[in-house]
Amino acid sequence: MKTWVPTSEGGAAAEGSDRSEPPMDRAQPQSLVEVEAGTPFFVHEVVRPATSLDWHRRLEELGFLPGELVMVMARGQPGGDPLAVRVGQSMFALRRAEAACVIVRRIATVAP
Amino acid sequence: MSTAPIHLHPAGRLVALVGNPNCGKTALFNLLTGSRQKVANYAGVTVERKEGRLTIPDGRTVRVLDLPGAYSLQPRSPDERITADVLAGRAIGEKRPDLVVCVADATNLRRALRLVLAVQRQGLPCVVALNMADLAEARGLQIDTERLFRLLGVPVVRSVAVQRDGDAALRAALADPALWQRAQPVPAAAEAASDTRTDHERVQAMLAVLGLDALVPHGATERIDRVVLHPVAGPLLLAAILFLMFQAVFAWAEAPMGWIEAATGWAGERVGEALPDGWLRSLLVDGVIAGVGGVIAFLPQIVTLFLFILVLEQAGYLPRAAFLLDRLMGSVGLSGRSFIPLLSSHACAIPGIMATRSIGDPRDRLVTIMIAPLMTCSARLPVYALLIAAFVPERDLAGGIGLQGTVLFSLYAAGVLGAMAVAWALKHFTAAGRQVRPLMMELPQYLWPSVRGIALGLWERVLIFLRRVGGIILLLTIVLWLLASYPAPPLGATGPAIEYSLAGTLGRALAVIFEPVGFNWQISVALVPGMAAREVAISALGTVYALSATEEDAAEALTPIIAQGWSQATAFSLLAWFVFAPQCLATLAAVKRETGGWKWPLVMAGYLFALAYLAAFVTYRVALVFGG
Repeated sequence: MKTWVPTSEGGAAAEGSDRSEPPMDRAQPQSLVEVEAGTPFFVHEVVRPATSLDWHRRLEELGFLPGELVMVMARGQPGGDPLAVRVGQSMFALRRAEAACVIVRRIATVAP
Repeated sequence: MSTAPIHLHPAGRLVALVGNPNCGKTALFNLLTGSRQKVANYAGVTVERKEGRLTIPDGRTVRVLDLPGAYSLQPRSPDERITADVLAGRAIGEKRPDLVVCVADATNLRRALRLVLAVQRQGLPCVVALNMADLAEARGLQIDTERLFRLLGVPVVRSVAVQRDGDAALRAALADPALWQRAQPVPAAAEAASDTRTDHERVQAMLAVLGLDALVPHGATERIDRVVLHPVAGPLLLAAILFLMFQAVFAWAEAPMGWIEAATGWAGERVGEALPDGWLRSLLVDGVIAGVGGVIAFLPQIVTLFLFILVLEQAGYLPRAAFLLDRLMGSVGLSGRSFIPLLSSHACAIPGIMATRSIGDPRDRLVTIMIAPLMTCSARLPVYALLIAAFVPERDLAGGIGLQGTVLFSLYAAGVLGAMAVAWALKHFTAAGRQVRPLMMELPQYLWPSVRGIALGLWERVLIFLRRVGGIILLLTIVLWLLASYPAPPLGATGPAIEYSLAGTLGRALAVIFEPVGFNWQISVALVPGMAAREVAISALGTVYALSATEEDAAEALTPIIAQGWSQATAFSLLAWFVFAPQCLATLAAVKRETGGWKWPLVMAGYLFALAYLAAFVTYRVALVFGG
């Protein structure tokens, strides 16, 4: 059985890491809203949104935990909202404001 | 005198099933308990409580409780609160379980085991059922249950809820008396506070030991989602599925409906022959058999509709539909989550309103409840079917798409648009409507629906419908027959008997109110019982017309009578009325139960009446202008 990618940063290099963006961009954590679909990222952290008290906790309970792999699978229309996001072995639909709480970083980047 | 609440629990040990949503927990529950299930509500809340009985191999019977699915024991919805409270032994009226079966999706252990760790901290004896074990193996996941047992300190068994004997290992484990004694150590208070991140690290470590820490792609699910969630193909597919569903409701159900109608007619004739002419024959033939038979005839359509909904639900498509429609629903202040309850309301508003329990946000839930009756329920289908058959010619528009089916589709669409308009108004003109609320909805992997699960679900719906027919509808049919038969016409009267009855009097009084929208007094009479249960309007019309006919043509179908007797404007006005019509009393009772008071059901009845009257008025006037 072919495995996808390792689950933690200690593992082997993953596919999708040979991109040609400028190095600055690669090191910079971004929110899930900004990243391209079909590329795996690591969850860097889950931040508390300005509008709500506990979305970040709920997201963590669903599996958006630091070090987990996430990938945007699809975006709803119109406006790219909501997003279908794979995290671990699960998939969730997140609205843009929710996805904005999940900060991710590229897999090739060494942890800060 | 003060009374302390005493909770009497049935004898016997209690097993609780706990698991993440979409882990196959309910399928496992069905397999364990078969049809020996009791469905009710938890005390004081509106979360569905399912309990069943299971005979374990040692011959003893235990009670099995199917707790609502939860992602964690930190409750964020009424459902999750029940699960957390029952496990902690603080749920009102519930015994603390003697044993917990943690149902873990074997294909998604990283998430399932976090919940297992949280359950373990509750200190109850527990066992882990690795459900969907067959799927995990098909994906190359070899789970060493013995090692997992040693890592967790909890016995682990395999289960396949969709196989006939897929619960054999679990049953065998439950027969072991040692399991029931094996209480988990309760951690010190400091550790008891669960921390998602710590649990996650522990789970990761365990999975690494088991060699299961690599992520396995859901190949099939991803391939299907490339089409289903595609920005163009996805909505087209959704529209096609919904259109097919409504065409099927009309086409597939036609033959069995004919059989039921024929059987009803036959029964009426036999009873008519067997009994002497008199009030009893009239009651049985014109009242009970014609009335109840006319409603049972719509059972095939209800079954067809629920068949679609259940298959889509079990296959995992419904949340995708919610995903595709979230933006649309969001534009009127709702979430994609409201889609499933609203779609269910197309079968009946009551299960739809009950399904709103899965909406965590109270405001979203209330709005969904309030607009649910605008979704065309199957009880309105008889009315639509009758009027369409009588007033819309049977003609092919193009490529097998019938004109009648298209009109039906438009009526459904009108209900949906009306609901959207109401939700939009509530979003823009209420303070709560302007807040931002989360979606965070799981899109589970696609699964083949199980025939057994569909059959059980359909059977539940059929029972609910037949109970309504047997109870409230039968009662109302008899009441209406009484109204329509008494007082008897005076000697030498020339008109039909019903004109002199209480029903005729009532109908003429109501006709004053309904005259501006084009309803005649027969319709006005039928609307009264129709408000108690919508489908009764048809059997009421049947009764009114069968009784008002001076000749013995009671067995004749209603269709030709109204096709001749009503103008097209009246028919379209009645169709428009029924798009918004004030819902049945059973729905209002359900709303009262779900919202905990009479305020919202009264608001609902009021606003729906106003909308229905307005829609019927506009339709009637416009139809008159266009020569109806």
